[in-house]
Parts: sequence; C-alpha cells; structure tokens
Amino acid sequence: MDVAKNPAAYAKRKRASSIAMGLCIAAAGIGLGWLILILGTLLWEGFGGLSVAVFTENTPPPGSQGGLANAIVGSLVMTVLGTLFGTPLGILAGTYMAEYGRYGKLSMVIRFINDILLSAPSIVIGLFVYEIMVARMGHFSAWAGAVALAIIVVPVVVRTTEDMLNLVPNQLREAASALGLPRSVVIRKIAYRAAKAGMVTGVLLAVARISGETAPLLFTALNNQFWSTDLNAPMASLPAVIFQFALSPYKDWQALAWVGALIITFAVLALSITARTLASPRNQK
Amino acid sequence: MTIVTEKPHAEKVSVKNLKFFYGDSLALKGINLPLYENIVTAFIGPSGCGKSTLLRVLNRMYDLYPKQRAEGEILLDGENVLSPKQDLNLLRAKIGMVFQKPTPFPMSIYDNIAFGVRLYESLSKSELNDRVESALRRAALWEEVKDKLHASGLSLSGGQQQRLCIARTVAVKPEVILLDEPCSALDPISTAKIEELIDELKRDYTIAIVTHSMQQAARVSQYTAFMYLGDLIEFDDTSKIFTAPHDKRTQDYITGRFG
Repeated sequence: MDVAKNPAAYAKRKRASSIAMGLCIAAAGIGLGWLILILGTLLWEGFGGLSVAVFTENTPPPGSQGGLANAIVGSLVMTVLGTLFGTPLGILAGTYMAEYGRYGKLSMVIRFINDILLSAPSIVIGLFVYEIMVARMGHFSAWAGAVALAIIVVPVVVRTTEDMLNLVPNQLREAASALGLPRSVVIRKIAYRAAKAGMVTGVLLAVARISGETAPLLFTALNNQFWSTDLNAPMASLPAVIFQFALSPYKDWQALAWVGALIITFAVLALSITARTLASPRNQK
Repeated sequence: MTIVTEKPHAEKVSVKNLKFFYGDSLALKGINLPLYENIVTAFIGPSGCGKSTLLRVLNRMYDLYPKQRAEGEILLDGENVLSPKQDLNLLRAKIGMVFQKPTPFPMSIYDNIAFGVRLYESLSKSELNDRVESALRRAALWEEVKDKLHASGLSLSGGQQQRLCIARTVAVKPEVILLDEPCSALDPISTAKIEELIDELKRDYTIAIVTHSMQQAARVSQYTAFMYLGDLIEFDDTSKIFTAPHDKRTQDYITGRFG
C-alpha cells in the first residue's frame, strides 16, 4: 500500500506497533526485574555470611557457630550419583527413540510417557522412591536420594538427546551409511559427534535442575546434622538444609540458609552459563 | 524404450524389472538397465522422475527408512543385491555414493577419509597416511589441504567439501560410485573440477551420475538414461540421446520443451 495515499491508516499502524512493542518491553522488564531482585536479595543477605567456615564446618546446633560443609558435600555426592545413574539411561533411551525407533509406535509411547515424567511434580518422585527403597530398607539413605534425583535426570536427558539427534541431518547418516559403516558406528562416531554440544547441554541442565531439588530428597535422603559420607545413612543436602534452617526461628540458622541459597544459585548459574557457552554456534565445530 | 545391442563393455550392474514403492505409491515402474564397467552413465529427467530413487536403490540406501521397498533384481557381478541375505554394509562399501549437498563428517579432513578405511582394513600408520594422500590426490584436493589435514572438514569451501566427500568414497576402494547431483550446490569452477575428476575416476570405477544439467550429462557420460514419471524412456549412447533421440519425450526434454 502506498503510504502517501493513506496517511491515517499508516499512522494507526505505527501507533499499534509502538503499543505492542511497549507491552513487550514492559513484560521483559518485569521478568528481568524479579530476577535481579531475587539475585540482589540473595547477595545482600547471603554474601555477608560467606566465610571459610561455611565450607569447612558442619551445620551447627542453634545458637553456635558452624558451616555447611556436610550439606555441600552431601549435595555434591547425591547430584553426582544421580547424574551418573540417570545420564546413561537417558542417552540410551533418547538414542533408541531418535535412531532406531524413530518411526515406530514404541517411540511415540515412550515420548508421551517421558513428557509426563518430565513435568511430574518432584515430590511424587520422592514419594515413589520412599515406597520402593526407604520403606523396604527401613531407613533413609543417600542411595535413595541419588535414585530419586536420577529419576528426575532421565526424562530431561531423554528429551534433549532425542531432540539433538533429530537435528542431525539425515544426509549425514546416509553419507556415513553409504561408506558401509554399520549403524552402531554411524550413531556413535557421527551422530553423537554432531549432536555433542546439545547433548552435553542437556546433561548440564539436568544437573542444574537436580542440584536445587528439595522435595525428592526430603523423603529419601532426609537430612543429617553431622558429617556423613555413608551412602546407607541419611545425608545432608543444601536444599534440605535451607528448607530446615530458613523455617527455623534462629537468626544464625536463617543466615546460613541465605548463604546456602547463594551457593546453590550461583553454582546453578555457573552451570547454565557453561551449558550456554557449549551450545553456542561458535563452539560447534 | 530402445536398447542398443552389442555392447563392447562388461556389464557391472544389471537392473532387471525393478519396481520401487514409497508406501503404496509406485516410484519406479519396472526399470531394466545395465551399468557398464569403466563407463559413466548419466540419469536425466524432470524432478520426480525417479532418477535419484533409482540411485538410492542401487546401494539400498532406502533400507534406512520404513515403508520403502523394492521388487525385481539388481545384479552386481551376478549377485542380487536386493536379496535379504545381502550384507548391507559390505554392499555399500562396494557401491560408494556422493550426495547432492557436501556432507563432511564433523571431524578433521584426515579423519574424514581415514574413518571409513580404518573400519574395513587394519593399515599401519604410514599405509593409512598414504591411502589418505592418494585419495585426496585422486579427488584433486591434496594440494589445497596438505598443510591443514587436521583442520575440521567443515572449514573447507563447498566445492572442497564435495571433493573431500569424493575422496572419502574413493578411499574405501569401492567398485561402483553413485553421484547424486554432485554439483548442484557448487559454483562453475568447482563443477568443472569435479567433472574432470569424474572423467579420471572412470578408468577405475563404474560410475552412475544423476544430474539436472543436460550439458553436464553430455560432458561427462558415455551413456545416458532418460527417465520420466518412474519409467525409463530411453537408454543409449550419450551422443545419440542428445543428437538423435528415438522417443518424442526425450527429444522434448532435451530441447527444453518440458521438465
């Protein structure tokens, strides 16, 4: 349409455009504002409490000095174990869906169930592991905590693995097959390599997700006031300690909860940034 | 359809009454065709005529996908490659394929070529180096990449990538090479290089090339097959196809009246 012929309609369209853009900017501003507010509060409340003792001493009884060493180590142990259990399972299942069973009914069923699992409330997963492990073994344990976290890892990794392998062009698979390479080699040496950055990002996102989970740990690993690396015993974790300390009436416990929250948040932030950097096009060879 | 009798060349591949289905739709309606040893055979025809499909049946690439099936016979040195007993990996090692778009693997130039070789042969390091070098030389790429063999294959230009793919195919020592519009994504200079290369390669291999460019078919091939709507309309000496085609449809196509 010629602008000169209908200036009124053009002015109206410009007005509508600026209103729409204004709303978008406002929405983005509100979203970012909360994030900055949360990070700011965390830094404000938690930064002052950061000290060497936080990393070397265990959680104290109310009214005395202490740190979060047992909770940090507990979180690390269970997160690492959960990732170790969940990642291979997720990658294998995702590989089946994208490579072997791409056109099959089974894959559709798995994808549907996996999506449900992906959005299942984590407390349900905690209760499930409580039933199958804690109740049968008769006690809470770090093993149960790790299994609960693994169950959260699996659907995330399945999803990202499948998505990333689906993005690998079929031409690349055909080219590899045309050389006479067996399917397994095509997948391991070509498809995985082409999808590597995305798959690693998926695993890191899963790690970020479970390192902040509280609900599945409350019913499984419970918590532990003391230093423990016994996987058959209850184990402390940062989210569980934050939950307990933040709800307590004691000032020093509350301060430690803030420090814990700060540590978790920035650890997850660091992981996310790593994941983003790995996935950026610059790093994809 | 006309087939000229008395061929002086050995028949490397014989396609006999080949039918091909995508699900329920018939894409190849009974094709009979020879591929001669040390000869370049070009497949021409309008889009959707089945020429690429035919190429993908020859090395059973279609087996990667469900609901695609072939009937009839394709004899490679007398053995039916469509037989369910055929080992697909061995077949594809014998019948190499180069695709429309260059498809370097996400690894170094050297590994792109060594990768397939390592799988079938256990060569010493120096033998493997020699094999990589000779494959790159055959693909007229050696001079351009000899100083950066460990750079990513993806860092090369489109024409270089396509020659890398040809080198990769040559390195595993196939007997037949299938080229599916290998120049359609390339500029004229790269195209000329690849055409020269095809001419070189036919001394050792049996070559089938699908192309949309009739000039290319005329330049590189000795035999040409014209396909239309899943039928082989005419198969003859390239010079005859382009100068004195028997079929009206072939004539219309090569003079640009349809397609």
